[in-house]
Amino acid sequence: MLRYIAKRIFLMIPVLLGISFVIFLLMYFTPGDPAQMILGDMADKEDVEALREEMGLNDGFFERYFRYMGDLLRGDLGTSYTTKLPVWDEISVRLPVTAKVAFFVILFAVIIGVPIGILSAVRQYTIIDSITRVLALLGITMPSFWFALLLVLLFSVRLGWLPASGLYGPSYYILPIISISAASIAIITRTARSSMLEVIRQDYIDTARAKGQKERVVLFKHALLNALIPILTVVGIQFAGSLGGAVVNEQVFAIPGIGKLMVDAIKARNYPLVTGSVLVLSLLQSMVNLFIDLLYAFVDPRIRSQYSRDKKKKKALNGAVTANAGMAANKRK
Amino acid sequence: METTKKLLEIKDLSIHYFTEEGVVRAVNNIDFELMRGETMGLVGETGAGKTTTARGIMGLVPNPPGRVVGGEILFEGKDLLKASNLEMRLHRGKDFSMIFQDPMTSLNPILTVGDQIAEVIRLHEKLSRKDANLKAAQILEMVGIPAERMSEYPHQFSGGMKQRVVIAIALACSPKLIIADEPTTALDVTIQAQVLELMRELQEKLGTAMLLITHDLGVVADTCNKVAIMYAGQIVEMGSLEDVYDNTMHPYTKGLFGSLPSLSMKSKRLVPIDGLMPDPVDLPTGCPFHPRCPDCKESCKSRAPVKTEVSPGHYVRCLRYE
Repeated sequence: MLRYIAKRIFLMIPVLLGISFVIFLLMYFTPGDPAQMILGDMADKEDVEALREEMGLNDGFFERYFRYMGDLLRGDLGTSYTTKLPVWDEISVRLPVTAKVAFFVILFAVIIGVPIGILSAVRQYTIIDSITRVLALLGITMPSFWFALLLVLLFSVRLGWLPASGLYGPSYYILPIISISAASIAIITRTARSSMLEVIRQDYIDTARAKGQKERVVLFKHALLNALIPILTVVGIQFAGSLGGAVVNEQVFAIPGIGKLMVDAIKARNYPLVTGSVLVLSLLQSMVNLFIDLLYAFVDPRIRSQYSRDKKKKKALNGAVTANAGMAANKRK
Repeated sequence: METTKKLLEIKDLSIHYFTEEGVVRAVNNIDFELMRGETMGLVGETGAGKTTTARGIMGLVPNPPGRVVGGEILFEGKDLLKASNLEMRLHRGKDFSMIFQDPMTSLNPILTVGDQIAEVIRLHEKLSRKDANLKAAQILEMVGIPAERMSEYPHQFSGGMKQRVVIAIALACSPKLIIADEPTTALDVTIQAQVLELMRELQEKLGTAMLLITHDLGVVADTCNKVAIMYAGQIVEMGSLEDVYDNTMHPYTKGLFGSLPSLSMKSKRLVPIDGLMPDPVDLPTGCPFHPRCPDCKESCKSRAPVKTEVSPGHYVRCLRYE
């Protein structure tokens, strides 16, 4: 298991390398001059040119890329063009905000989505099921920023119950969480429903009932645990999605998270900050994926045994090696 | 004496499925009895209503769309159809239990086999977790699996071993009745014999009655005292093993035997039964077997036969014997 985790973490390196290259390339070709942005439109041509030279913007692409990667290997994400602060300092302030919102979003989505999905599956083709399916379809098709605006219109503007923007206390979280999680709730509900529907038709569910087990235990212990793998998969995707989706949602609610930081950085052609933010988000996403994959093994013994098979293979391989050695020795005789 | 009495008595039981295509009449007015410790074979083709009958007794007919539309299921004289959900739950696993057809899918893949056996013990016996595990280990040994394998998961067992575990679950609380729904169909022939032998052995040891559902007349001959032949949701012939095997009456039963290869008789060809089982949504008028019956007369097409006792304990549902 530990070997597996180590392998997965090792595999993140090429992924991050690829991402850094693509982002660097994109930023390189993006029109706009950071030096000009910093000095303003009225700045002298010579001043701009001098700043470009100082920032290393006149160097070739590969020279800049390798310089960046060299710094990165030493743990240095660079310096923000606008604030002159280390990029990591800027990100480390904003990232927890985004992560916190994403965590609550996914928690809320699981708490609402999974039970509704189960109920919908158990009561298939009833009114409850029909209503759930329609609402889920609505949740998936509706753009979250539009839903967010409707919510703000109703609860902040009309009723004045909840704040519309910023993040200064618990009540500020309510609208963002509801609007961002709507789609996740819908997807998790649908997945939980279809996964449960498949599982409750299995023979082992009847075996459990034939034991005289309570229906509640049959559903939660025997059915839900088996239905969990697809649900975990979407939860992981949704969590990653709500990190990436922060770029849009944080604009709507003016949440001071990494999404807003990134948008502002792109506007200012603040290359190091953009690249750094993307890399950190990618790393986080990879970690979430790894965590979900480990959860699979925790839930399903069949997957667990696959992870430990590495060891067995190695043993078998050693066996083969000694057998080959033996054969070679025999031949020599 | 209590021990000589009937264990299970089914009277006029009908189970239908209400689907969009129409009413599927899976089980129609069947009656049979099972004494304590007795083994009865319920034989029929796929779709004859054998499994539905079994599920009816267990109270596990999927509802919707299935529903018991009439009759009585008396277990030790008590009508199970009138029992509450709670009462049924207390019966299931303790007084009667079921072995399902496919051992590959009958075990929960994410629980250890030990847990799955201990589960039924803890449901019906007031034992601590430790004692339940101890008993589960004993039962596992009883079905021929070393107790060390308790902590293994179903995917680590072969098909025959899995069926042994399923049998262990079914027998864990020493039920009075076991319903085995084609317990060996999904297994290799060599394993089939082992599993049947094991079931027979344990059944004798525990004095359990068994309703063995199968389409294999050979298995019935090996295991059962009594046979009921089912066709299109009805029992067309029922009696002791000797009655049905040596004094076959119903044309359908004769057809079943005719389609079996035999070593002793040098027959030219096997004689299959022409045609297919009728659609249970749209059963033929009169005798449901008449479209396939070689002895069909005009009256068979309009008049439904009733259960007729041709000799003590040997019943046939055919107009020729009325």
